[in-house]
Amino acid sequence: MSSQWGPDAVMDRVRIDAAGMHYTPLNRAIRSAVEEGAREIEIYHVMGQRFIADGLKGDVTLIIHGVPGGDLGMFMSGPTAIVHGNCDHAPGNTMDSGLIVIHGSAGDAVAHSMRGGKVFVRDSIGYRGGIHMKQYRDKCPILVVGGSFRAFLGEYMAGGLILALGPPTNSPIRERGIGSGIHGGRIIIRGDVDDEYLGVGATKSPLSRGEKEEISPLIQEFASCFRIDPDVLLEDSYVQIRPSSSRPFASKYTWE
Amino acid sequence: MCGIIGVIDRSKERMDGQAIRSALSMMDERGSGEGAGYVAYGAFPEFADYYAIHVFFDAIHETKAAVDEELSKWGTIVHEEEIPTFEQPNIRKIHTPWRYFFQPDARLMPRSTTPEDDIVMHVVMKVNTSIPGALVYASGKNIAIFKASGWPEEVADFYRIQDYKGYIWLGHNRYPTNTPGWWGGAHPFNLLHWSVVHNGEITSYGTNRRYIESYGYRCSMFTDTEVVAYLFDLLVRRHHLAPELAVRALAPPFWDEIDRMPGREAHLNRAIRLTYGPALMNGPFAIVVANPDAIVGFTDRIKLRPLVTGTMGPRLYISSEEAAIRVMEPDVGDIIMPRAGEPVIGRVYT
Repeated sequence: MSSQWGPDAVMDRVRIDAAGMHYTPLNRAIRSAVEEGAREIEIYHVMGQRFIADGLKGDVTLIIHGVPGGDLGMFMSGPTAIVHGNCDHAPGNTMDSGLIVIHGSAGDAVAHSMRGGKVFVRDSIGYRGGIHMKQYRDKCPILVVGGSFRAFLGEYMAGGLILALGPPTNSPIRERGIGSGIHGGRIIIRGDVDDEYLGVGATKSPLSRGEKEEISPLIQEFASCFRIDPDVLLEDSYVQIRPSSSRPFASKYTWE
Repeated sequence: MCGIIGVIDRSKERMDGQAIRSALSMMDERGSGEGAGYVAYGAFPEFADYYAIHVFFDAIHETKAAVDEELSKWGTIVHEEEIPTFEQPNIRKIHTPWRYFFQPDARLMPRSTTPEDDIVMHVVMKVNTSIPGALVYASGKNIAIFKASGWPEEVADFYRIQDYKGYIWLGHNRYPTNTPGWWGGAHPFNLLHWSVVHNGEITSYGTNRRYIESYGYRCSMFTDTEVVAYLFDLLVRRHHLAPELAVRALAPPFWDEIDRMPGREAHLNRAIRLTYGPALMNGPFAIVVANPDAIVGFTDRIKLRPLVTGTMGPRLYISSEEAAIRVMEPDVGDIIMPRAGEPVIGRVYT
């Protein structure tokens, strides 16, 4: 018997003031709130605390105000983390499932070794976005970036999907080593990329109409997350970058 | 790992050390408690015209006379004092920090165009290579360095850096990887007007060291960052390169990038790479360098270490983490991650 403002609802929603708090007590507070049944945890005054929500499991939404430190949501399995601010390095590091939504930019190695779930970044990301993302059976991690990315996007990528939606008209992509060492997964980029910016073992092809249709629900989900107009994104053309063969580096590490 | 932060107030308004202490402490996770340090430019207005020679003495009663003698041979000690320190539970005072305010006698180096700087550099190298138990760790005018083995907040409290003011501050929290943590290995590294804080490793240290030692510098602090201070001194003070070009020499574009540049630019970049090949620094690094007129931040060419900048009025901030900048300046604007190898420079207003 719970209404929106009833006692259960109060239990459902927890507020944490993280001002001056180290990440260990902060994570402890988050975990105990989840154990007590919280469905929504709003955290204020976050300032550089690392490892927020690491290894966290459950059906819970974290709303983070401020600038979290590195490795937000590492090994996280299930929760949603919405950040109102910029993230430091590697949000979504080795994340298992769930969703990270960043209303801002993020540092280097976003979605590092991610193995499931989604990371949405409204603005730009730093170097090595999606480094060593991987996939297995139904686990297919997804990184979507609304703004620009820097060099070595999808470095050593082994699986999953990176979708870069940055507007192609303002600034042509001049980032070296896209998909350097890629041996699985896909990088889809709005507009085009000169071949000279492709990394070792990466190959580029246009995204077909059918393939674009496959990703249009993802584009719509991203657009609705940040309340942007999906139509322009859906109309534009895309290229995809994949491994040049099924084992592009076979001769590098094995002798047959 | 390591954490770095720097700020310049381009109107030269001086700030005390309280804010940078908080910012660096926020990045405690980037260190291991084995070294931290700060530098303040503009710290000694009453002795601004003299070289502030900072020395760590072991067994001061046995070692100090030799340093006094070396300094007196080359000029005048205008004032000297033990650097005030305040006991901290986790800092063992294994050295006695001392500062001299020194006026070199320019007549003693008649062939030099910068005799005072050259005398001080000579004295620094002489003391550090020939007087056991004495280490000169700073030698610039109006520049104070505070460093020791400990956490950022402990080192700040050990020297009470809130009692000093500077228009430039750099701070460093050390996570030693290749050499042991010790007081002399804590950052910032300084020579004359240059101070350096550095996160990462200079894997080309051997090549860089051989190169810089051929110009009379002597590496004595068992850590790679030392060469960065000497390289800046050589390239900018002695070879008169602009800081932008000095960074271009230390972290140059790749050859394939140079090949794609328009004619004149390609020519210049090729010349810099060929001339300064042995000064090229390899490995992962993010560095902030200061001199009395500017701070310069840059990373290695493939961006293996973080660097973020922000501005607020006349102040430029450079740090490993945005949150550290926001600790000093909550409303900071223009948060930017500079491209790999591209310098960010904040100069004092002229």
